[in-house]
Amino acid sequence: MANVLVNAPKTAKRGAIVEIKALILHPMETGFRPGPNGRIIPRNIIERFTASWNGVEIFDMEMSPAIAANPFVSFFAVATEGGTVELRWTGDEGFVVEERIAIAVE
Amino acid sequence: MERRRFLAGTAAIVILPMGSASATPEAMAAAIAKVVGNAPVREGRVSLDLPPLVENGSTVPLVVSVDSPMTVADYVKAIHVFNEKNPQPNVFTARLGPRNGRAVVGTRIKLGDSQKLVAIAQTSDGQFWSASADVIVTLAACLEEAT
Repeated sequence: MANVLVNAPKTAKRGAIVEIKALILHPMETGFRPGPNGRIIPRNIIERFTASWNGVEIFDMEMSPAIAANPFVSFFAVATEGGTVELRWTGDEGFVVEERIAIAVE
Repeated sequence: MERRRFLAGTAAIVILPMGSASATPEAMAAAIAKVVGNAPVREGRVSLDLPPLVENGSTVPLVVSVDSPMTVADYVKAIHVFNEKNPQPNVFTARLGPRNGRAVVGTRIKLGDSQKLVAIAQTSDGQFWSASADVIVTLAACLEEAT
């Protein structure tokens, strides 16, 4: 079970631009680092982060090993209509985490 | 002579693979060329904010903002960030659209050495704009003992 922390306003005025910040617990092991036994620790990173607003993809980020451990991403979105924002992280070793947040638009 | 030549040979063998394990300014240029092709990249409209002096390269806050109205007619399609001296030249690629309202992306990155970073924004009409920043890193990422 991955730990996810999302920070976004619960309500927004129609058409307002809101900031969404997302943090996820993940080692982001680069695959370039030797472990205690001298052997390279295999790469284990999150490759992709996407955000959808009511099912429409609004943001997509391809990550590399140069993204720090416990990846943090902040981006903006226009609050067109109230609904759900779905955040999705996918990566090595079959890593898939989804998180949904509700934003009400008045 | 024999022994000297042998030593010189082994030194070259030891040094070479380490050198190739790190991105170079040329590798960054190649990675940028892969994204922009032959299109001209102009400086401006993009701002790349990160601390000029970094104590710990393991987590470095970075914000890329692009001056764009972010309307259906004129928006930023993608933001790419590249580095010179990490093992790989790519840092991230973010794809945006008019639904974002503001062309601003923030994250935290790793830096293996003092180096130059480049951010490139691709607008909806196919133009490329860039900004670069030099960073001094006192403690590089990836050096801490893995446990």
